[in-house]
Amino acid sequence: MDVLIPVLDTTIRLAIPLLFACLAGLFSERAGIFDIGLEGKMLAAAFFSAAFAAITGSVWLGLLAGIAASVALSAIHGIASITFRGNQLISGVAINFLAAGLTVLIAQDWFQQGGRTPSLVGGARFESIELPFAEALSGVPIFGQIYADLISGHTILVYVGFLCVPLTWWVLFRTRFGLRLRAVGENPAAVDTAGISVYALRYAAVGICGILCGLAGAYLATGLQAGFVKDMSSGRGYIALAALIFAKWRPWYALYATMLFGFLQALSLRPDVVQTILQFRVPVQFLDALPYVLTVIILAGFVGKAIPPKAGGAHYVKER
Amino acid sequence: MALDTETSGRPSPAAPDASAPAIELRGISKSFGPVQANKDISIRVMPGTIHGIIGENGAGKSTLMSILYGFYKADAGEIFINGQKTEIPDSQAAIRAGIGMVFQHFKLVENFTVLENVILGVEDGPMLRPSLSKARSALKSLAKEYELNVDPDAVIQDLSVGHQQRVEILKALYRQAQILILDEPTGVLTPAEADQLFRILARLKEEGKTIVLITHKLREIMDTTDTVSVMRRGEMTATVTTAGTSPEELAELMVGRKVLLEIDKKPAKPGKRVLEVENLRVVDSAGVERLKGVSLHVAAGEILGIAGVAGNGQTELLEVLGGIQKGTGTVRINGEEIDLSGKYSDARTRRHRGIAHVPEDRQREGLIMDFFAWENSCFGYHDDPAYNRGLLTDNDAIRRDAEKKIEKYDIRPTNCWQTAKNFSGGNQQKLVVAREMERDPELLLVGQPTRGVDIGAIEFIHRQIIALRDAGRAVLLVSVELDEIMSMSDRIAVMFDGRIMGERLPSETDERELGLLMAGVDSVPDGVSEAEAIERNLDRAARGS
Amino acid sequence: MDTMPKWADVLLVPLISILIAFFFSGLVILAIGENPVEAIGVMIEGSLTSSYGWGYTLYYTTNFIFTGLAVSVAFQARMFNIGGEGQAMIGGLGVALVCLAIPWPHWTLALPSALLGGALFGALWAAIPAYLQAARGSHIVITTIMFNFIAFSVLNYLLVNVLKPQGSMDPASATFPPGAELPRFSEILGIFGIPFSSAPPVNVSFFVAILACFLVWLLMWRTRLGYEIRAFGHSQTGAVYAGISPFRITMIAMLISGGLAGAMAINNVMGESQRLVMNAVEGAGFIGIAVALMGRSHPVGVFLAALLFGFLYQGGAELSLWTNIPRELIVVIQALVILFTGALDNMVRMPVERAFLARKRRQERKPSPKPERKPAE
Repeated sequence: MDVLIPVLDTTIRLAIPLLFACLAGLFSERAGIFDIGLEGKMLAAAFFSAAFAAITGSVWLGLLAGIAASVALSAIHGIASITFRGNQLISGVAINFLAAGLTVLIAQDWFQQGGRTPSLVGGARFESIELPFAEALSGVPIFGQIYADLISGHTILVYVGFLCVPLTWWVLFRTRFGLRLRAVGENPAAVDTAGISVYALRYAAVGICGILCGLAGAYLATGLQAGFVKDMSSGRGYIALAALIFAKWRPWYALYATMLFGFLQALSLRPDVVQTILQFRVPVQFLDALPYVLTVIILAGFVGKAIPPKAGGAHYVKER
Repeated sequence: MALDTETSGRPSPAAPDASAPAIELRGISKSFGPVQANKDISIRVMPGTIHGIIGENGAGKSTLMSILYGFYKADAGEIFINGQKTEIPDSQAAIRAGIGMVFQHFKLVENFTVLENVILGVEDGPMLRPSLSKARSALKSLAKEYELNVDPDAVIQDLSVGHQQRVEILKALYRQAQILILDEPTGVLTPAEADQLFRILARLKEEGKTIVLITHKLREIMDTTDTVSVMRRGEMTATVTTAGTSPEELAELMVGRKVLLEIDKKPAKPGKRVLEVENLRVVDSAGVERLKGVSLHVAAGEILGIAGVAGNGQTELLEVLGGIQKGTGTVRINGEEIDLSGKYSDARTRRHRGIAHVPEDRQREGLIMDFFAWENSCFGYHDDPAYNRGLLTDNDAIRRDAEKKIEKYDIRPTNCWQTAKNFSGGNQQKLVVAREMERDPELLLVGQPTRGVDIGAIEFIHRQIIALRDAGRAVLLVSVELDEIMSMSDRIAVMFDGRIMGERLPSETDERELGLLMAGVDSVPDGVSEAEAIERNLDRAARGS
Repeated sequence: MDTMPKWADVLLVPLISILIAFFFSGLVILAIGENPVEAIGVMIEGSLTSSYGWGYTLYYTTNFIFTGLAVSVAFQARMFNIGGEGQAMIGGLGVALVCLAIPWPHWTLALPSALLGGALFGALWAAIPAYLQAARGSHIVITTIMFNFIAFSVLNYLLVNVLKPQGSMDPASATFPPGAELPRFSEILGIFGIPFSSAPPVNVSFFVAILACFLVWLLMWRTRLGYEIRAFGHSQTGAVYAGISPFRITMIAMLISGGLAGAMAINNVMGESQRLVMNAVEGAGFIGIAVALMGRSHPVGVFLAALLFGFLYQGGAELSLWTNIPRELIVVIQALVILFTGALDNMVRMPVERAFLARKRRQERKPSPKPERKPAE
């Protein structure tokens, strides 16, 4: 218990950026737009949220800035993929490089600290929130501990992240917008002939994706850590994609999938725990590679076949 | 099969302004880049009538109707609905003007239910639940009124094609369409299903709805329409009353010259058996059995025609024989068995055994659209030593060979450096046909040889197939066009639901009998109408046997 | 209907795209407070005005030719191999193992062997993602990216725990024997009496890269295999119809791709550092993507694009030395090139098509006979 709860606590913290990014990808892909640029958007959001938080001292302004940056990159992806019917994979890859390069460039220009932002303190960071009665209940065995140490004490974005799961489900399956969004990812012609704008729906999906990636990146730099460093997203955007495939593009499964990946990442930070459980020393490089290896295993389909939205990745052109 | 034509021409008493046309188009023109799809088209369709639009593939019919439905914006011209000038900038406006369209390729979301498809775009407010219940009751009354029975909670991909089409019609009616446009509706239906469709259309016409039927099938026009317009190369060449014209006249108007509707061919002289198929079974990637034990044979110097509505296993039959799909059973070429599922079941080995294949989909299979004509002319045969010199390909030899084929088969333009996508449908098909036939194969597999092909090329291709047969080769011809099957085949086999329903000689059968076989009915039980027997059969097949 | 001539399709459209990419790069330079014109000046000065500059430029060009060819071969089969970085890393491992295995007497023996080793290891690293795509449909983009990360961990582990010589603190292998040293341009040109700076590491691998360009061209357009790869890249259903095995082509194309990326290691590991270090590849695998896209996946285009990026890379290094502009500018330029030549291709193509069409319409004074039209299917 003493070992498990800290690990689970870390799991939640590490899973949240993955969760935001995974839900972001979910909206985009359900509407038929492949987004391999989640990584770049997250990175850009991480930098701009940290930068603005550092400059203004307000983490909320930072959050807004981070979301704005991510939405801007989403717009580029949208214009390239939707309006100009470009290759969505190439666009995503380009955005990832763009974010990787620009963030360091601008960081150096603004802060002269070798491509990072200064460390964030005080109001420029998200603080942990203590849920009501957490102190009082912490004495209660097991459940009190879980409440006080595991559930309470996270930053606000963690709770927002969890809320986004039922919210996503509700939007997709209980609203008109959700019906149309899912339709446009399966058969855009059906939507077009019904007189609804395919472009508008797809841009909306891409916009939502941008907002969620913005939350992911902002959390990374101002919630999980205290500032931006070069390449800090380290592949989370791609892991989120694997989680999305694992989750078969469903919101609640996305939660479980990202928790699993978060758990693996948490484990890689505690090689001592792994050693205790497995009774031999695991090289640190192996633990580092574990999330990526698991991604490959999932993609290899050893965990079941996943059928993506039918119109995914294909451009919509009116039939002649 | 002729419909009751007594009511044709008389406008229904329910029409508001009985003298104004339901639809009038004046001077509609539309170009796509350098291609002018519609040139100054004018049409009037009176309310409460069924108006046909006929023309060859590429004549511009679909474009015209797409403009009417707001899919495209015309470059010039005006639209009048019920006598009033109407702007139709998008599909919403068309729907508001009371126009509904049933497309050739259905616009349905396959993993949604019928209800969800019906409400898509006309939901009642931002939340789904109220829209769904409203639609449910509406569908019930529509079903009663027009015989459009469909289970509202069925998922589209589980429905038969005929039922899917009903959903399309329901969509239009739910949106209160007064004008219904159907684009090649019978392409995917059996003759009997088509009959049912026309009965439904007749009911709609009685209610005062206006119907526009786009088709290339002369018989449908003659049997069901009140008036017909003929389109050719983007222009409207004539508008006539159906009662006052004939199939020959319409064909001539479509093409611009006298057309032979019958094929001139000598009787067959079949030799020994080239192809023998015994109990062939194919299961697709989703685990569904597509061929359920097919047995047939084709002799040298004979054409076996496989009739049937698309989707009943003919594609799988061609694919297994062509080496694209695996199967089980026994297949022999000239007495020797071929591998159906192992290492040697690929298309290359088939070709080495003397099987050539003109595939059903020339754009996705038969050609590489972005390759030059000369690169396509050896596609599938590129490992022939004649085309290679040691490790490298002999591109000059390939090009010389390509030019010979282009000349012999009158393919235009004659430039072998032209990419395949820049040839017309007919010339593309001729490229494929030339390549496959010039191998002088033992067995030629042909799928839908004249789909999307202009009449001149159709005649040419038919002549080539007959010539091959006269030279003593075996031909297996698959086509959804019953006319083609009846005129080309020496023997006919009908497929339904993955089985051969029966074999007939063309001289000893007719369309009605073939139509019944195509619908899976080899005998009609007592006390049941033909239509009902067909309906039951389709339901059984759709539920998955 | 061909609405624009072939030369416009192949040259004009990409050229305009690149110019737009450079224009935006200039804006970025302005935004961080530097002068783009001055920046270009520094770059040209540092890369094209001396044999020192040319040496480094061509050294980087060699890297990018290999990785650009790697991406382009995979791209011909319609596969997006983002794993060039990892494949080059593991290729480096192969080269190092070969060079360290025996005391090589002369480079003419060591080079082909190391080339083979590097290509083999690079191909092996591409084999698993290739197999997963071919047999299980796993998206090759994500798997190759994952393998980049895994390669980093593998290399790190090996360098720290296995290949590091006793008593050393660097995560690096031992130095290669002198017989495995590749002659540099200064030596090669010195034979003809031509002076060339001995500082830049550009070496005989440059010529191997050019040979690779020729061989790739030969493969793709003059052999059956190349025909099959291209056909498959255009239409998988067509390929199956023609008897081309999707599995076989996927595997072979990716193995060749990985092999080319791995072969790059003769230039940087064997030719420059003469031992295996952690960050040997330095982003070349990713630049290969930009090079392949800019060069339209054709060896001639790849060569020219690699040359351009070699100039940018060396120029970027000079910039970071003499100005406040960090090396990451190159990453931004690379991103913009990929964006404009790859994803926003139609943004340029459509107006150019319209311009040619308008010109054609003006030329046709008389109404022409009914044009050949595309079938509406």
